[in-house]
Amino acid sequence: MPTDLFAQALNGLSYGVLLFLLSVGLTLIFGMLDVVNLAHGSFYMLGAYAGLALIAATGNFWLSLALAPVSVGIIGAAVERSCLRPLYRRGPLDQVLLTFGLIYVFEDLVKWIWGGRIRSIPTPDLFSGSVTLLGATIPSYRVFVIGFGLVMALALWLLIERTRLGAIIRAGVFDAEMSAGMGINVSRVFTLVFAFGAALAGLSGVIAGPIQSAYPPMGASILIPALIVVAVGGLGSLKGSLAGSLVIGQAETFGKAWLPGASMLIIYVVMAAILLFRPQGFFGRALK
Amino acid sequence: MIARAAGLAVLVAAIAAFPLFMGSYPVKLLQEILIFGLFAMSLDLLMGYTGMVSFGHSAFFGIGAYVAALALVKSPGLTSALLLPAAVAAVGALLIGYFSIRVSGVYFIMLTLAFSQMFYAVAFQNAFLGAEDGLVGIPRPTVAGWSIGSLGRFHAYLIAIEGLLALFLWRVTRSPFGHVLRGIHENEARMQAVGYPVRRYKLAAFVIAGTVAGIAGALYTQFQGSVSPDAFFWTTSGQALLMVIIGGTGTLGGAMLGAAAFILLQSLVSSYTERWMLILGVTFVLLVLFAPGGIVGTLRGRVGLRA
Repeated sequence: MPTDLFAQALNGLSYGVLLFLLSVGLTLIFGMLDVVNLAHGSFYMLGAYAGLALIAATGNFWLSLALAPVSVGIIGAAVERSCLRPLYRRGPLDQVLLTFGLIYVFEDLVKWIWGGRIRSIPTPDLFSGSVTLLGATIPSYRVFVIGFGLVMALALWLLIERTRLGAIIRAGVFDAEMSAGMGINVSRVFTLVFAFGAALAGLSGVIAGPIQSAYPPMGASILIPALIVVAVGGLGSLKGSLAGSLVIGQAETFGKAWLPGASMLIIYVVMAAILLFRPQGFFGRALK
Repeated sequence: MIARAAGLAVLVAAIAAFPLFMGSYPVKLLQEILIFGLFAMSLDLLMGYTGMVSFGHSAFFGIGAYVAALALVKSPGLTSALLLPAAVAAVGALLIGYFSIRVSGVYFIMLTLAFSQMFYAVAFQNAFLGAEDGLVGIPRPTVAGWSIGSLGRFHAYLIAIEGLLALFLWRVTRSPFGHVLRGIHENEARMQAVGYPVRRYKLAAFVIAGTVAGIAGALYTQFQGSVSPDAFFWTTSGQALLMVIIGGTGTLGGAMLGAAAFILLQSLVSSYTERWMLILGVTFVLLVLFAPGGIVGTLRGRVGLRA
């Protein structure tokens, strides 16, 4: 039984890591631009399909893993420049509504190009087997996902906490108007953060591909757990996003194993329990 | 004023007499518009009048739909068809509203979204509620000894309820209560300072909107003869939001117009091309960008149509 437990925990960890890559962008975009980007799940879906197309074209998973997020990032930049930019002066609600419209646009575009059925994405040969860790046998691809996600988390932490660009982003999350007053080109940073967040969501989509396959409504379904992670971790917080992802990842996985009849409810119960004691989430600033 | 009243009377008469000169497909389309229009109008009371953008309105639509389904199987009367769904939706709205109105803006959006998804999760996995497949084979009610199974009778029943509820919502928005809601939309802090118990007003608006949404859900169950967990899914709330925005917020008629535009677009465009979602999405994005007042707002601005 402990072995089983361990395998479950690893599964939860790999899911949590995917959620982390997805929710980082969501939380930074919210923190800086004040936009709840409902189309963030669409970027995840676009990542999975871009990965699918690139693997078909190049036959190389690793090349696709590098290129798909770039293409999704470019789409993200275009969305921010063309659709969101004109709305900044109008307040956050119009932006939320606009991103909801984008879900329809992206989902249908993907259906148009790739069709509506589920497409599986092959696991890269290097990780097609399985490994035994402390008696638990799990697919080696999941181990790769966990390792990759943790490395990404570290890299992101260094980027945000230790570089000049990171300092600018943190300043923008804290107070965008004041940052502009200090002479930072906030408008360019907005585009950059949005594109970067979209690219990370795309990356998450490519990595999730071999585990969850690609299907058009995947964006609308993954959005909810990602939003929960952001709420639980604290809006605008990178650390919070990591902590929230790991908690929700475990809750979802153990919920499926232990309470199959109520597994979908578990993450909401966990969220409610956490927000009851800390309404601002783990690392969020206190609500006004 | 008289011209408007006459225009409205002609419109209502035309909608009521629709089955007399139309086939069953257009009548069903009209009924679907009326039901979703009612749902969108209830959301407009929150969004357009009180300024509370809820992404969890599907919770009440779903509650109404499921309660009606469960109750109608037991006893097919008006209590099961309308009263019970409305009452349960009202209680649900009171509970969800009590927690949700403590926050505002995007936090309110996320909280309401999470609540409605909880219901989705329960409906999706609970065998008693038919799980993934939902509940099917729901009978239509018998009203005062009349079974309203036929298309024409259901139409009359639907028109009567819709008319009453539309009138009710219209009266609410024109009442002193409605004016306070608008005041909260304009400037919540000032209303608070003037001495209105803002939270209580918001909660009351939330419960009224939730109750009407519950009735819309109950009507949808009777229209379809079935209900599925999708009624609760967050995109159902999103659709209602689309309808309100397309039509124009803060104008109950706009919500109905938006529902008509949405459903006609969906059914007409989908008969020519599969790309209706794309067209709908692009239309919506363009509307938010260039015509935030929706159809009604644009008409008012361009043609000088007055409220």
